[in-house]
Amino acid sequence: MDLLGFFALNLAFVCALYAVGAGTAAILTRNPFLVKSARHAGLAVCILITLGTASLVYLFLTDNFSMAYVVGHSNRELPTFYKFAALWSGQEGSLLFWSWLLSVYVFSVLFTYRGRHPELMPYVGVVLAGVQLFFLILNNFVASPFQVLGAAGPDGAIELFVPADGKGLNPLLQYPEMVIHPPMLYSGYTGFTIPFAFALAALLGRYPGEKWIHLTRRWTMIAWCFQSAGILLGAHWAYAVLGWGGYWAWDPVENASLMPWLTGTAFLHSVMMQEKRGMLKVWNVWLVFATFLLCILGTFLTRSGVVSSVHAFAQSSIGPWFVGFIAAVLAVCLWAFLKNRDYLRSDNQLDALVSRESSFLFNNLILLVACVAVLSGTLFPVLSEAVSGSKISVGPPFFNKVNIPIGLFLLFLTGVGPLLAWRRTSFESVKRNFGGSLLLGLLAGAVAFLLGFRDFFSLVCLSLSVFVALTIASEFLRGALVIRGRTGVNLLSAVGRLTMRNTRRYGGYVVHFGMVLVFIGLSGAAFNRDKQMEMAPGSRIEIGPYTLVCQTFTTRPAQNYTAERATIEVLRGSRQVMMLYPERRFYPANEQAGTMVSIFSTLREDLYVVYAGRSPESDQPVIHAYLNPLVKWIWLGGVIVVLGTGLALLPDRQMGLAARARAQKVLPVAAAKPVSASAGSYGQERRERNPTL
Amino acid sequence: MQKRVKFGVGVGIILATVSALAVVGYREQPTYYHTIRELPNLKPSDARQRMRVAGNVEQGSIVRLPGRVDFVLQGEGQRLSISYVGKDPLPDTFVDGSQALVEGRWMRDGRFVAEKVQAKCASKYEAAPGQQKTGDGYPADPNKKG
Repeated sequence: MDLLGFFALNLAFVCALYAVGAGTAAILTRNPFLVKSARHAGLAVCILITLGTASLVYLFLTDNFSMAYVVGHSNRELPTFYKFAALWSGQEGSLLFWSWLLSVYVFSVLFTYRGRHPELMPYVGVVLAGVQLFFLILNNFVASPFQVLGAAGPDGAIELFVPADGKGLNPLLQYPEMVIHPPMLYSGYTGFTIPFAFALAALLGRYPGEKWIHLTRRWTMIAWCFQSAGILLGAHWAYAVLGWGGYWAWDPVENASLMPWLTGTAFLHSVMMQEKRGMLKVWNVWLVFATFLLCILGTFLTRSGVVSSVHAFAQSSIGPWFVGFIAAVLAVCLWAFLKNRDYLRSDNQLDALVSRESSFLFNNLILLVACVAVLSGTLFPVLSEAVSGSKISVGPPFFNKVNIPIGLFLLFLTGVGPLLAWRRTSFESVKRNFGGSLLLGLLAGAVAFLLGFRDFFSLVCLSLSVFVALTIASEFLRGALVIRGRTGVNLLSAVGRLTMRNTRRYGGYVVHFGMVLVFIGLSGAAFNRDKQMEMAPGSRIEIGPYTLVCQTFTTRPAQNYTAERATIEVLRGSRQVMMLYPERRFYPANEQAGTMVSIFSTLREDLYVVYAGRSPESDQPVIHAYLNPLVKWIWLGGVIVVLGTGLALLPDRQMGLAARARAQKVLPVAAAKPVSASAGSYGQERRERNPTL
Repeated sequence: MQKRVKFGVGVGIILATVSALAVVGYREQPTYYHTIRELPNLKPSDARQRMRVAGNVEQGSIVRLPGRVDFVLQGEGQRLSISYVGKDPLPDTFVDGSQALVEGRWMRDGRFVAEKVQAKCASKYEAAPGQQKTGDGYPADPNKKG
């Protein structure tokens, strides 16, 4: 099996090389046979990498301890579920997994557009195969997962040896979320390769128009959705497993995943400027390039040890390869841009400061500023060493100081932007669209202030959240009322119809609403509390409205570990609300301990209890309890963001035939997206232009 | 043209605000990386800064005392005594021989008072390249040969 996988990867490398070569030749000669042949090579790469990955999974499942990678990341007692996840728990396997996910995307793209867009697809194929080639070089020649274990025998010759058992999977990774978080995040990282390939292909091929944007919109959203889910699952994993009471520490690896998300988010918004107004063409192309480069940079930061991080992989020789690849990609992008930049002339100019365009521009600017801030903060040790010779790191205060105001401004734009009209917006329509929501938002902030909440940013966040949520709700309501007035259906199904008519727009609103919930959750962090205490059975901790009563400490063996478990009764007043069982687990295979946090989560707050260990003096168990308000809103918001993206991915459902015919006759502009709407709202638009509706 | 100026002013305000925030945030907690060997030779002003020092935890050096944990960090052939006084429990990966990154201040008496300790268990992470084929930490036990 190891040989099969090994040769499959070798062959995949050859095929990718061929796809680049034949693809380039196909572009130069316009030979249809070569085009087809290069595409088939691209498809074959996917099948071969799948074979290689499957054989590595097989080696894990069959406990084949002749393989160095299997020994390093698995053991016999490891549950099957985690043997599967062990695939991506180390450097070599995760790079293979990366290649595999990318190849699945590439396969889908090549297969979906086979025989279509003949001016564009050969270029796309070459770019994609080029990226694959890089990762296949790593898989084959730099970090091959198919290495066997050997030791120098008495005569100096290397002899193979097979240990009786493996060293086990890192206990921190033995958690259900660790099985889904990396695939999600990697799917995000790799997914951004697709819009990148199309953007570069369109530029290289001097392919006119916005077609590459239309073609990649769904791919970008899929990648973005995976990236969002991956980041939030990672945060949740850190929260539920690492046991330090928080979910985000501005660790370089976290930052690495956030940066392409920021530029990707900017891209998803700024493409609308290009689609609707023919502006920002250069900007869009570079946003995609930057997003892809940040994905590669993220992979590099995680693996090279260039900045120290809690969960980075070992320092390894892989760094220079990534630096070389980033430099090469940047060089190609720059060359293509300089050569063909005439094709990216803007069709329009900015008309007014208060308009949809400018809100998009500010949104992009601010997302990019956030990204630059995170990037410079992450790389500060490297930069400062290069400039001043001393390696300096900036702590969480730096990231928080910069990003909290940026985040709040972004939240504000989330509410304002979608309701501003294209080109210019009158003060009257601003007042009509935002007046009520803004007032209620401020009122909510004032009420919170009177109730005793005094954290400035949290109050601003609350006001803005209420404001944005209300603007979104009123958008749905306004459109739905029009539909109800016209068709007589009840309000709820009117909302449904409205949404299905323009899934992109209303799905987008749902995503915005999810982000509002995430922000509300984040703002709770200002009010976190915690207490740590040695606890004998019977002793109590009071935290917030809860009283924790320690009942027993027991030891319980499990398949792959032994757990020490505390049984803690949670009282609210004198009423029992919950039993919590925080654990410390000991994993014999790698002689490591791990914590299993126990959380009682409500919408109001999380009671988060950690069995921190035993006190060195008294040998009493130490319990650390945290009270973290509103955390649940973050995960809830994440779910809504994913659902909203899914909604936006659905095709629009056409209106009923009669209605459509009428719309086409009377409302040629409103049936398409309104460009010069005063309010920008669908329902508003229809009412204003056709009072009979 | 006037619109461009307006827009430029808006952009300028944003950039200026963010830069100011960045400077303030940076001043709040800059942390300097030093190696154990560098410490005795630092200028007095530099030696008072908040810093991070990395090394390996010396075998058997961890002493848990009331309110603090003492241990010795080794690196580049030098030793550094550390007192961890932080509030959080030490990470599970903090054991004899693990790689640790301590953050805190270096006192005049040569002791390092750490408020944060991060640790990577050496065995958890992969061996440096080149070591892998020689058994990766396993003794060449003749009974286990394949």
